Amino acid sequence: MKDGISYPLLLAGLGLATVVLFVVSLLTGPAGISFFDSLEALLSGRGGAAAIVMQEIRLPRAILGVMIGASLGLSGAALQGYLRNPLAEPGLLGISASASLGAVLAIYTGLSAAFSLALPLMALAGAVGAVLLVRLLAGRGAQTITLILAGVAVTSFAGAMTSLALNLSPNPFAALEIVFWMLGSLKDRSMTHVWLSLPFILAGWAMLFQVGRALDALTLGEAAAATLGFRLERVQALVVLGTASCVGAATSVAGAVGFIGLVVPHVLRPLVGGQPGRLMPASALGGAAVLLAADIAVRVIAPERDLKLGVLTALIGAPFFLWLIFKLKREAA
Amino acid sequence: MSCALSVRSLNVRLGRRDVLRDVSFDMQPGEFVGLLGPNGAGKSTLLKAIMGLVAGSGNVSRVGRRLADMTPRQRGRELAYLPQEREVAWPVSVHTLIELGRSPHRNGLGPPREQDRLAVEAAISAMDLGNLRDRSALELSGGERARVLIARALAQETPVLLTDEPAAGLDPAHQIALMSTFRNLASEGRSVLASLHELTLAGQWCDRVILIADGSIVAEGPPDAVLTPSNLATVYGVRAQISVTSDGLSVVPTGLV
Repeated sequence: MKDGISYPLLLAGLGLATVVLFVVSLLTGPAGISFFDSLEALLSGRGGAAAIVMQEIRLPRAILGVMIGASLGLSGAALQGYLRNPLAEPGLLGISASASLGAVLAIYTGLSAAFSLALPLMALAGAVGAVLLVRLLAGRGAQTITLILAGVAVTSFAGAMTSLALNLSPNPFAALEIVFWMLGSLKDRSMTHVWLSLPFILAGWAMLFQVGRALDALTLGEAAAATLGFRLERVQALVVLGTASCVGAATSVAGAVGFIGLVVPHVLRPLVGGQPGRLMPASALGGAAVLLAADIAVRVIAPERDLKLGVLTALIGAPFFLWLIFKLKREAA
Repeated sequence: MSCALSVRSLNVRLGRRDVLRDVSFDMQPGEFVGLLGPNGAGKSTLLKAIMGLVAGSGNVSRVGRRLADMTPRQRGRELAYLPQEREVAWPVSVHTLIELGRSPHRNGLGPPREQDRLAVEAAISAMDLGNLRDRSALELSGGERARVLIARALAQETPVLLTDEPAAGLDPAHQIALMSTFRNLASEGRSVLASLHELTLAGQWCDRVILIADGSIVAEGPPDAVLTPSNLATVYGVRAQISVTSDGLSVVPTGLV
């Protein structure tokens, strides 16, 4: 076994796929603008109908696709590496569920109707609450099992509160809005959503990219990694806070988009020779490409029906997850 | 002051149990020391406590400097530790795994330097792993994996090496190769502390052995002074056939007392 295919080549390929899908995403939509018209409209300063469609609808959608897909792929790879478990995913720490709860409360209380940024802001607050709660429950430098259990507890509680909000929702429209939001989508997002989430997403990436070497060393277990010069308490803090920052921001603008953070790192792992540190950049690019592809697919498959992004990723991701479990079982046998 | 490793009054309490009680010893440069004792005597805990992996009271220093005052990276350049658990989480190549031993010496994200490459190659040849270097570490047999992990610790090129049951699961030829590798490290002036279960390996290869039972040092000294019938009877509860051969002390347990 060599260490996968040439690593720079892999990154270049994934990067190219992301760029191509980004452009395709810009060209996809019901407005039916031709290729050259749309590029011209995107770059022009004039405020024609095509320019508005391109600059205010499709561009933020494609940018958010890259930011969110990369966040999910990156944090999934980091969490799997940190926990040394291929079944770990970004939602594990309760951050997605709590961000969703924040958004649901914004819809439930009517705040989001009065003030459109209330939804992402409350979702971010939910993510912050979750990470504080997980850190409080598990303690600093907690054992990984305690961390996972704290994440499970926070996820269940946020889920219960979300159910309560649905249960008590004042009218069927509010309930429907809550349910639709939770399915996850990039439809009708604006540049404001980009600017709101960008600082958190970049901060999360910056934290996660610092732990590559430490995650490599953790391949040998915690005791060996600690004696190879890594401060595991700091590594844990960076992984938890980095994931909370970028996944919290991603969930706050797009809702819960599942399976990308679980599946993408897993698919790419053999191609990077198994090393968690090398997996992270590859998985970030792969996540961006897959999310863009899925977001293009929902627009192409059912242009009239507003198919939700999270529904599509789950439809593809769940069978893949089953296959993953069977594969692990075969390997263990 | 100039001991390679100086352990003073180490006490470790896990739950309500005293796992280590007032353990003190020194190691000199160039010494290969065997750590002996029955299951549960506290050998693994002692090695972990020296490395700061379990909390305890007492003081461990190297050449007069407390390990607790060093940064993790500095410690990683002074002491290597090989845990008993032979954990490998991901299907990384043997070469990549051994290269992890260079972590405390490397800065930033740059590629390995010449000295890193040389250390890895030396470790690969010392552990006879040349033909396995590109294999996935998860596909190896237990003994092969053990040798890869030993090579990782060797690649760290530290003045002090602590290993927890490194010989367990190795075939006789690789056990002997391992012991002679440790001897060579000692002859280069490094210090090796290895917990061992095979008394004859300790008797033939170690300069000195430390015998612990129930968290305390029972005896310490050259193998023939420590591995006596009465010590073996009280600590292990066994009778043994002890003979001095041209290769050193041979200790073959023959029955229970």
